[in-house]
Amino acid sequence: MSVPTAEEIMTFVAARAVRDGQVCLVGHGIPAAAAHLARRLHAPAAVVVHESGAVDVRLRDDDPLTDATVADRALTHVTLGSLYGEWLQAGRVDLGFVGHVPGAQLDRYANIGSSVVGEYDEPTERLPGPGAAAEIAAWAGETVIVVRHRLQAFVEQVDFVTAVGHGTGPLDRALLGLRGRGPVRVVTDLGVLEPDPQTAELVLTAVHPGIDVEQVRAETGWDLQVAPDVRTTPEPTGTELAALRTLRPASTEESP
Amino acid sequence: MPKIVDLTTAVGDLVHDGATVALEGVDHLVPYAAAHELVRLRRRRLTLVRASSDQLTDQLVGAGCVDTLVFSHAAGPDGRPPARLLDALGHDWPAPLRIEEHTHPVMAARYAAGAARVPFGVVRDTGTDLPHHTPTITSIRCPFTGSAVTAVAALVPDVTVVHAQRADRDGNVEIRGPVGLQRDAVHAARAALVTVEEIVDALDPAPGAVVLPKAVVTAVVAAPGGAAPSRVHGFYEPDDAALRDWADISADRRRFGAWLDAMAGTS
Repeated sequence: MSVPTAEEIMTFVAARAVRDGQVCLVGHGIPAAAAHLARRLHAPAAVVVHESGAVDVRLRDDDPLTDATVADRALTHVTLGSLYGEWLQAGRVDLGFVGHVPGAQLDRYANIGSSVVGEYDEPTERLPGPGAAAEIAAWAGETVIVVRHRLQAFVEQVDFVTAVGHGTGPLDRALLGLRGRGPVRVVTDLGVLEPDPQTAELVLTAVHPGIDVEQVRAETGWDLQVAPDVRTTPEPTGTELAALRTLRPASTEESP
Repeated sequence: MPKIVDLTTAVGDLVHDGATVALEGVDHLVPYAAAHELVRLRRRRLTLVRASSDQLTDQLVGAGCVDTLVFSHAAGPDGRPPARLLDALGHDWPAPLRIEEHTHPVMAARYAAGAARVPFGVVRDTGTDLPHHTPTITSIRCPFTGSAVTAVAALVPDVTVVHAQRADRDGNVEIRGPVGLQRDAVHAARAALVTVEEIVDALDPAPGAVVLPKAVVTAVVAAPGGAAPSRVHGFYEPDDAALRDWADISADRRRFGAWLDAMAGTS
């Protein structure tokens, strides 16, 4: 079996963030693949809820991950009003994923800018906008962000706060009345960042195989702190890789 | 009682220049046939409400039908905003475009308030910067507890357009599979136009299935294939090549112009 792609490594690392029994809210791409991979590997009781409104999707072992299989294997489909009101806002989502948005900014406190780069009314770049990222980051029990690690994206401070991660420090979430722990992990194609428990600033806690710390620092727009016990991400086993490739045969062609 | 009519009649009668028209459906049941009829009929100055703004939004904006877009996410299959939308925002081509940016949950809450005919809906605060730039969302105090909450203005489209699998001859409509915002958007609107894959003598919905009773439907149009290139659960899968190829047409004003000419010539 060929070596895992960067996107597949990201999917494995994101999958490892899923604990058994958690209710996970996922969108297209890596987040959906990660949650269903976790169900196949270590979290068979995870409840996967898709942003389409498909609740408790239980793919079978040989199912690929497609819109059709997700629709067919859902326990039920709910309206987006129900999904975002009765599930996410009400606190019934344990783990929410925020997926990669091309061009979006992420800052040292894990705030996300996916509306504009530059001034809102005269942007240097118009980005796709929030989707449900603001509410996922605000209301899920915890949030995992999946994003490509590029200097342009990893900025000291976002130009526009589309979604609050940790604001400007460890007290902001409580001051704003936000639920949950906020972003607990940022999974990139180079490594993993996690908020420092004291300062809430993102710290490099793992690098992926073949990546060194200096590469990560070079793609980060602030003085990135590195955990003293920074790990190297374990390679997936052949069995794990096979499980992922049943889910996403063409995963290298899709954007995360 | 809803009228079963042809597409040109339904769109022509229900959607007027300057109207606020919601076209909902993301990846599934996207009402392309009705959108293309808006292009053919050269509707202008529309306020387009489309939470997940994709190729369909791009086509209507590029065709000059839209002067205001209300949305919560705007991206094609590559995850970036589509090119006609960016051309309108950045270069006023073919016309200036005003935007009103929300989040998906706020769009759902605005439709729900509109559907219930109350002036606003309430959601919890998220800390986003959007309320500083968007007039239809603002922070208020709960009159009972004094805590800060976010008020969002009710959204009542003049017309909501959705696609569904089937309707019966009385105009009751059944939606299978992911239902997204469509149910709320239909109930919120002053009039609802539903295009369907097929019209049958009688529906046989499972208990609890999403049904739009005829009382909330204004017009039904038989439009088989009317959601292609998106998917219709139980009928067809997405045409991924067509969805991907749109980026090349959209990226170039001349190629888009050729698409527009071809579209205008087919009715």
